[in-house]
Amino acid sequence: MIEFHLDGHTKGATYLQLVQQVRQALRTGLLTPGDQLPKVREVSESLAINPNTVLKAYRQLEIEGLVEGRPGVGTFVRRTLAGPALANHAALRRDLEAWLRKARKAGLEREDVVALVETTMRATFQDDAAKGEIA
Amino acid sequence: MTAALEATGLGRRYGKHWALKDCTLHLPAGRIAALVGPNGAGKSTLLHLAVGLLGPSSGTVSVFGATPGDPKVRGDVGFVAQDTPLYPDFSATELATLGTKLNRRFDRALMLERLNGLNVAVDRPVPALSGGQRAQVALALALAKRPRLLLLDEPVASLDPLARREFLQALMGGVADEGTTILLSSHLLGDLERVCDYLVLLQAGRVQVLGGVDELVAQHRLLTGPLWTRDAGSINGVAAVVRQSHTERQTTLLVRTDDSAPAPGWPDPQWTVSDVSLEDIILAYLADAGAGTLPGPRNLHRVGGSA
Repeated sequence: MIEFHLDGHTKGATYLQLVQQVRQALRTGLLTPGDQLPKVREVSESLAINPNTVLKAYRQLEIEGLVEGRPGVGTFVRRTLAGPALANHAALRRDLEAWLRKARKAGLEREDVVALVETTMRATFQDDAAKGEIA
Repeated sequence: MTAALEATGLGRRYGKHWALKDCTLHLPAGRIAALVGPNGAGKSTLLHLAVGLLGPSSGTVSVFGATPGDPKVRGDVGFVAQDTPLYPDFSATELATLGTKLNRRFDRALMLERLNGLNVAVDRPVPALSGGQRAQVALALALAKRPRLLLLDEPVASLDPLARREFLQALMGGVADEGTTILLSSHLLGDLERVCDYLVLLQAGRVQVLGGVDELVAQHRLLTGPLWTRDAGSINGVAAVVRQSHTERQTTLLVRTDDSAPAPGWPDPQWTVSDVSLEDIILAYLADAGAGTLPGPRNLHRVGGSA
């Protein structure tokens, strides 16, 4: 089960924030098919928001085919947004940890690492895009 | 859809003073409506007329198609008055007993369960409770009636931020499963923005703005551009300028558009267009009592006629 939150600084429709949080959870694998979303009453009570706003968010997700409402039971996840790449995350993370340890031993501070990663990423993705390898 | 609350030319006079005048509005069932306006705009008068605690001096008001106070609909309407007054010597349990005796349907168990869940001492006399807890007792009492229309007159005005939040949580949780229609008066625009999907804005005893929040937000825009005056002619697609401010070189306008959703690129490149919040809209209309025309009432006859 996921818990919704509202970002007071985001000037955007409340229902879109809820939709986005579900999409995010589907992308990271936090929600998988069959999982139940919190009940409308629970969400509107915990966030003190209009129940119609929650209904609108759930209806939007339903239109997108991501969830389905079962009358009297609740709203359930139908499909995931996590690509096949999600399975590779664990191995990649291990590689990254090893590399980070090496970088620290070489004397790089946190900001050095971020700067190095960002510049390398920009250059690499740019090269790949130029070669047309990245869709 | 049936109107939970409908008023036509509704007025109420105290001596020579009209507290509410020529008020025409339509609140569709299932909406959670904000009742907004400066002090003395007639908010409390409108709520008292809707409950049937006051009679109209002119015009008509109906709830679910019947006169307020009519035995047919009396049980359908719940009311939490300003500062949540309660019988002073009673505890919540005793109020629940009273509620059971005075109402045909009253969910005593629901009321006490709700209060226990909030850790309110249900056996203590109400004045011994904190302001937030007293407000919770008044709300639980009103909800236990299982009303189809719940009217609340500034229920959170005197509460601290935490108690206010807890009150709104209990209110939203309490009505979510029932689809209860709510008309809630408040000055706290931030709260209303989260809670309400309909707006009734009163000014000087009259309805100034009426309509669904999504529609109102979609219809209004903030335009920033080079210095502009009305003499320069109207701006394409603008139905009304609600508020304007100027510097030597720049003009900022809050406008209502002709179109319910203006296209990108509108109106022309010299204007920077930004979205507005419900709060921006309310403040703009409050600042100028004569601003614009009513977005809602223009269509009221059509809406009312097809209902």
